[in-house]
Amino acid sequence: MIVQDFPRFRAVADRAVLVEFGERIGPEIQAQVLALDRKLAVKPVVGMAEVVPAYAALLISFDPETADHAAVISDVRGLLREPDTAQVAGRVHDIAVCYDDDLGSDLSTVANLTGIGKEAVIAAHLAGSYQVAMYGFAPGCAYLAGVPGALHLPRKPAAVRDVPGGRVIIAGGQCIVTTLKMPTGWWVIGASKAPILRDNPVRPFLFDVGDGVRFRRVSRGQYDAL
Amino acid sequence: MWAMVCGFAGYRGASMMRCELAVSFAGPLVSYQDRGRPGLARYGVPGSGGMDTRALKVANAALGNDLSACGVEVSLGGLQVDCVAGAVSFAVAGGGFQVVLGGVTLGPWTVATLRQGQRLSIRGGAWGSWAMLALAGNVVGKEWLGSMATHAQSGFGAGMIATGARIIVENPEVRDGRAADLALPGWAMPTGRIRVVMGPQERFFDAAVLQRFLGEGFRLSAAYDRMGVRLKGPELLVNSALDMPSEPVLRGSVQVAGDGVATVLLADHQTTGGYPKIATVIGPDLDALVQKRSGDALGFTAISGEEAVLAARQAAAELRDYLAIVSAPRGSLAERLMRANLISGVFGEG
Repeated sequence: MIVQDFPRFRAVADRAVLVEFGERIGPEIQAQVLALDRKLAVKPVVGMAEVVPAYAALLISFDPETADHAAVISDVRGLLREPDTAQVAGRVHDIAVCYDDDLGSDLSTVANLTGIGKEAVIAAHLAGSYQVAMYGFAPGCAYLAGVPGALHLPRKPAAVRDVPGGRVIIAGGQCIVTTLKMPTGWWVIGASKAPILRDNPVRPFLFDVGDGVRFRRVSRGQYDAL
Repeated sequence: MWAMVCGFAGYRGASMMRCELAVSFAGPLVSYQDRGRPGLARYGVPGSGGMDTRALKVANAALGNDLSACGVEVSLGGLQVDCVAGAVSFAVAGGGFQVVLGGVTLGPWTVATLRQGQRLSIRGGAWGSWAMLALAGNVVGKEWLGSMATHAQSGFGAGMIATGARIIVENPEVRDGRAADLALPGWAMPTGRIRVVMGPQERFFDAAVLQRFLGEGFRLSAAYDRMGVRLKGPELLVNSALDMPSEPVLRGSVQVAGDGVATVLLADHQTTGGYPKIATVIGPDLDALVQKRSGDALGFTAISGEEAVLAARQAAAELRDYLAIVSAPRGSLAERLMRANLISGVFGEG
């Protein structure tokens, strides 16, 4: 008999079910999260309040007055058996980045730590093909998976305060374009003026989970003119 | 005819009127709050809204407002306002605060009217950490994503309220017929026991640690704001390296950092987190939890998911009953007498 560990369903308080597809970060697990997210968008389960996808799990909140954990889990099991017919090709966003030293304040350090030099760091970052894996940290802060291996660095030992919004930061295999001033231990390698916070309730943020992102280099003059 | 014209003029006058409250004192963490921004956690947007979610509904219901109308959340630091223009009815609910209007002490949950030249002060009282001040009219402030709720970190929404600020109410209304002290419902006061459903990441803790979590007591530390409250209590060390991917969290998640210290995530919490959640506080006990103060004791009782759903349904029914009672306008003395006569008349005919 084959014991299937995943998906695993966890009752969370009185009002949510966590659907776990694995315990690590990886493209196959992420694909399962995104597939269920798409199915739930088309066929919401009874009482569903909201769905929050992450790297390896997806949280489904429900109204405890109209649903319970068992009903949600049963509905989700049904959805998981259905084929994923939803449109898979997400949008791909083109994001302009300026890598000047004063904007990418950690670029030199990253070049030293990786040992490949500044231009190679920039080239590697531009060569990456990224996907919006999840949001975290702050409103609009999307975790972009897909930083090439040559740039994988652990976080700084301590967070740096007051990193401005609109900075391109990396740590491990992740990249974020920051939206607000915040403390972070990630490495600041550039800046972007991409309008991520849109103040539009219908589509409040530039990215949705599952979207693709490509970075494009712009000069300081082009960046300033944006 | 004269009465009609007068009524018309009065209506026109009211529509252009504003009530201005000068904030002569505001403690830290006093902010505009409404029902918040549910449904946007997938974009990293916290729910925000009132810390005590029932207080917002009670204050608005007692005043005859939409239940989710924006009010002013008052922290333990307190709020004092002087009405410099106009008049507006208001309601206070949540916690056991000291409410003083024009030198007269009202009940902690109350409806009254603040008139030009009067001072209203809401200060920490016998118990509780958060009170909601609802106002009869349109509170003026900036919306973000359909809500005026202040997200403390970014300042998005209508914002924090500091000493020297002005609170502006457009189309303010005087609803003297609603003036009354409210009887506090049984669920208003916090108890020492908070119910949780264990997990979803309790696998990171040994059985002995899980037992300590439920068996030993905690206290709220001074690290308490709208994002969460850090607890003091038994050390809850994880049993393996913390290499879990970040996962979505809920208001009420009890997150344990690498140092073994538990934090309960609250209204402005980040939407995902990479620390294990040993347990999650059930919705109906969150308001009781936030009304505790730094230094107060609390203990956790584990219940099943099924029990948690039943508890949520019971709490929702109790709240509905209470809101129905407080939302019925009391009316003036004459109106109350007339209503009593009408009711007895109906009974007489039956």
